[in-house]
Amino acid sequence: MKVPMSWLADHVALEGLGATEVAARLNVTGTELDRLIHHGVETPERIVVGRVLTCEPHPDADRLRVTTVDVGAGEPSQIVCGAPNVAQGQTVAVATVGAVMPGGMKIKKAKLRGQTSQGMICSARELGIGEEHDGILALDEVLPGAGTVEPGTPLTDVLAHADDVLDLEITPNRPDCLGIYGIAREVSAATGAALRPAPWTAAGAEVAGTTAQDGEDAGPEDPAGDAIDGFSVRVETTGCPRFTARLFEGVTIAPSPLWMQARLSAAGLRPINNVVDITNYVMLVTGQPLHAFDADRVAGGALTVREARDGETLDTLDGTTRTLKAGELVIDDADGPTSLAAVMGGARSEVHEGTTRVLLEVAAWDGPTVHRTAHRLDLFSEAASRFAKGLAPEQVDWAQALATRLMRETVGARRVGGTIAAGTWNPAVVQPPLTVRESRVARLLGQAVDRPRQTALLDALGFGVTDAEPDAPAGTGALQVVVPAERRADVTREVDLIEEIARLGVVADLEPTLPTRRGARAARLTPRQRARRRVEDVLVGRGLQEVVGWSFTDAGAPERLGLAADDPRAQAVVLANPLSEDQAVLRPSILVSLLDVARHNRTRGVDGLRIFETGTVFRDTPDPARPDMPYEHLAVAALVQDDLFAAKGLLEALMDALRIDDWAVAATDEVAFLHPGRAARITVGTGETATVVGLLGEVHPRVADRWDLPRVATFLVDLDGLLPRVPDARPFRPVGAFPDARFDLAVLVADEVTAAEVVAVARKAGGALLEDVSVFDAYRGKGVPEGQVSLALHVRLRAVDRTLTEDVIGGTRGAIVDALSAQVGGVLRG
Amino acid sequence: MEDRIAELRAAGEAAVAAATTTDELEELRVAHLGRKAELPNLLRDVSKLEPAQRGIVGKAANQARQALQAAIDARVAELGEAELDAQLVADRVDVTLPGRAEPVGGLHLLTRVRRDIEDVFLGLGFDVVEGQETETVHYNFDALNHAENHPARDRADTFYLAPSPRLEGDVQRLLRTHTSPMQVRHMERADPPVAIIVPGRVYRPDSDATHTPQFHQVEGLWIDTDTTLADLKGVLLAFARAIFGPDREIRLRPHFFPFTEPSVEIDVSCHLCGGTGALADRSRCPLCKGTGWIEILGSGMVDPNVLAAVGRPEYDPERVQGFAFGMGIERIAMLRYGLSDLRPLYENDVRLLEQYA
Repeated sequence: MKVPMSWLADHVALEGLGATEVAARLNVTGTELDRLIHHGVETPERIVVGRVLTCEPHPDADRLRVTTVDVGAGEPSQIVCGAPNVAQGQTVAVATVGAVMPGGMKIKKAKLRGQTSQGMICSARELGIGEEHDGILALDEVLPGAGTVEPGTPLTDVLAHADDVLDLEITPNRPDCLGIYGIAREVSAATGAALRPAPWTAAGAEVAGTTAQDGEDAGPEDPAGDAIDGFSVRVETTGCPRFTARLFEGVTIAPSPLWMQARLSAAGLRPINNVVDITNYVMLVTGQPLHAFDADRVAGGALTVREARDGETLDTLDGTTRTLKAGELVIDDADGPTSLAAVMGGARSEVHEGTTRVLLEVAAWDGPTVHRTAHRLDLFSEAASRFAKGLAPEQVDWAQALATRLMRETVGARRVGGTIAAGTWNPAVVQPPLTVRESRVARLLGQAVDRPRQTALLDALGFGVTDAEPDAPAGTGALQVVVPAERRADVTREVDLIEEIARLGVVADLEPTLPTRRGARAARLTPRQRARRRVEDVLVGRGLQEVVGWSFTDAGAPERLGLAADDPRAQAVVLANPLSEDQAVLRPSILVSLLDVARHNRTRGVDGLRIFETGTVFRDTPDPARPDMPYEHLAVAALVQDDLFAAKGLLEALMDALRIDDWAVAATDEVAFLHPGRAARITVGTGETATVVGLLGEVHPRVADRWDLPRVATFLVDLDGLLPRVPDARPFRPVGAFPDARFDLAVLVADEVTAAEVVAVARKAGGALLEDVSVFDAYRGKGVPEGQVSLALHVRLRAVDRTLTEDVIGGTRGAIVDALSAQVGGVLRG
Repeated sequence: MEDRIAELRAAGEAAVAAATTTDELEELRVAHLGRKAELPNLLRDVSKLEPAQRGIVGKAANQARQALQAAIDARVAELGEAELDAQLVADRVDVTLPGRAEPVGGLHLLTRVRRDIEDVFLGLGFDVVEGQETETVHYNFDALNHAENHPARDRADTFYLAPSPRLEGDVQRLLRTHTSPMQVRHMERADPPVAIIVPGRVYRPDSDATHTPQFHQVEGLWIDTDTTLADLKGVLLAFARAIFGPDREIRLRPHFFPFTEPSVEIDVSCHLCGGTGALADRSRCPLCKGTGWIEILGSGMVDPNVLAAVGRPEYDPERVQGFAFGMGIERIAMLRYGLSDLRPLYENDVRLLEQYA
């Protein structure tokens, strides 16, 4: 919302408050300044009224004139001018040497084709006050009385053409602030500056130096009655609480007065003509949009407001044919749809150059309905975006009153008849007042505000406040508050009034306090949350860099992973409105984003990549916890530019750090994106409770190739499955004071026998003394028969209470060797 | 005899004193105290002497032997130290050569900032809870008092999920646009008092230098019988000081959010210019754009309609009240680490990430 300061000053007595001060106060009371704009000439003091004394053709240029202009200085200035309409005797606006024009152009003394030029005679567009740029601004033609103004007078004395403009961000709950008078009320409440009477009232007209006539002092009743000869209005929908029309005759379409053009320009609207400019001007003051019909193009003089039928079409005044949907609001005349209600007028009935009679429509509409239509058509015009927020029916009368006065004063139009009004709104129904308990204010805000202060704050905002029990002790009383029409949609409850009190009277100086935590319970991460951090820290400790990839991927990702269409991992959750095809679905495996990150880094020359990620993966299958929602789980995955055993080493470190002992891997060749000979499922738990929690392996070379990667190994773990199995604390187990006994043995077994089986046999045979057994080498080749493998075991024995003797150690070793021989056909080597 | 002993002792001591290497001393030990040396032999033959002589000679010889042994030991120690010193000096390496490489990993910047934020709020008494990233319109908007025509619901501002024949129920599903759905979800299952933060990933269809279609938020919620706006200010002041420095101040700026009433945006005094709006060279502070304040989050008192949407008597808005806030982790990261563009955070160029490791 662009608010020119001089316009604001019409409605609130700023008394020297500048744009910066006003903005600073608004900023801390709920109306944020987006930016402060200077509209128009940057050095307004250097734009003066001038009178053209002579005007001769330029001796060396056909299109230029050489003028002398009285600018109030001792000597007239010679100015070369290119405008075709410059003429002797004109009163003009002169940018003198040193003036800085909108956009930063500086006026200098110059020579044009040999002729000295000391300044510039300005067009309306050059001054930033209008669109006219075919010629210079002849002030005596467009500004009444300008012909008698003394040359040298600053132009600002006769026309407010340059101004500071507040560009304010209006929150969606405050459509009242989409009008300058609403902003003026906020400024008054925020600064204490006096608010002037509203311009749509008789008192407001008086402030403006004029007298309100019939229909120009807003109210639901028009002294001129409720009928206009030859015109009728019918409302057939609940989507239009109030629809009013007034008729103006004797209209001559022409440019609007310069002051109005200047104001509209400063507020960011383009001047069009005197009638359209009035609708825009009144909208900017009141926040209430208006629509002007050419009364002679309203077929049959009959308007009907109704809901559209599916597929109806209408040509709107932007030259587009719109197809309507059922329930959208249209206005018909005798020839069918003539206006897309509240959103855009129709081409057929718009005001044009030859218009002499204007039917002025001002109406209130159902906000959500307008929002839907405007949103569907992507047509958030100034009008639609205001209506979409839901305006009060009373505002209709304000706009009619002010527009009527301006039609009379600036167009010279004659109002004929009264005000036709239709719609579901009943002005006799009055909303009951709201109650604000003084105790509630203190309880919510943490700072007491006494009732007189509350009353003053609310009163400044236009609320009607009554204190039924002014003598009630502090902290016990209550106020009865009547909400003004323009705030009715936003303020419906006690808490909404407390917000008004808070933003104007409390928030700025509130003393901070800390809440009390009830109950003897410290805040702490849950075991699961601590375990997740442990996962991340272990991998970081092993030299991996954490990455954060996209949740999104393209629909082809499962296929690139080699997954069959019926694989659960291929069931991606699809977005209805993705930003792009590359981000059309949610990743069904965290491997997708890791591979993407790996490729990105490879293309940037990073080698020896070691990365991991924790994040959510999604599948289009019911979530066990929420059957109406897709399945989600938290996953961790690591990717290293190395072989299976590098990834497994990381997995072992991870499990170790999480104190998970009962996990195992089992080879699998059924995972499409993993190397069939170098892949495994990861299980946790034993027997019945064993659950697959993840996968380990080298990425299938074909898949890696699709991501332009060399050999990479990975593990993927479902943290939702794993983290609950992390023991919070492992009980203490004494180690004793005696050294462990260690020995190695090498055993030949058939290729089919896995290291895990050999270890399991050895562990069992080792009995109570066995502390640890692990495979430290697997050898095939010279000295090992074909089809066999030599596994080297490292065995560690321990007794808590004694040093183990050679006999005991030898006995255990023998038991292990015997068991390996008996159970896995193991033959002890040399 | 005694003279001879004294002679041997003196000669030995002189030789020891003159020795310059430990090897030489070993030779002297053999020569003077070894099996074939004269002094030990004298001592060995003491028994052959007359009884009157035995005590005197034996004592003298023994003393001489011990003295000589001590002299050798002392000299060995002395020379050994010197030799070790010399050896160590010779064993000099170039300490500026690199160490044996140990890989250094690192958390992603977003995780670091998330943990920092979590830790601050844990210290202030908040538990950490997490929620699902796919949500329903009910929890993301309706229960949070968003009007039917609130623009955030638009398809331009929210990612909706395509209808799925595999899922039950006729609900409109979306990617949560904020972490706020957990307000109502948490209150549905937990009794007041409630003090939680909700960190997590959220989604909106925006894409430019300061907006990515996925980003991260931390929601805060504190509900009790007497939690006030002043408490909100205290908590967020403590947070701002913990994250941006002990000298920071905050200010509450009234605003509008559907799910809080009153609503306030929180500004923190600029940590770059100290809140003055100008740098040391008097130029305008680029971070706060000369205002001295930086907006960091939105917050307010939980709207009674949100408490009512929980649908439990324990959350009767006449009985309990409290505050909520929501901040962007990326925004905090940008302010603290001077990032001007968010997109690199999701490109994950490890050369960039390692800067923060």
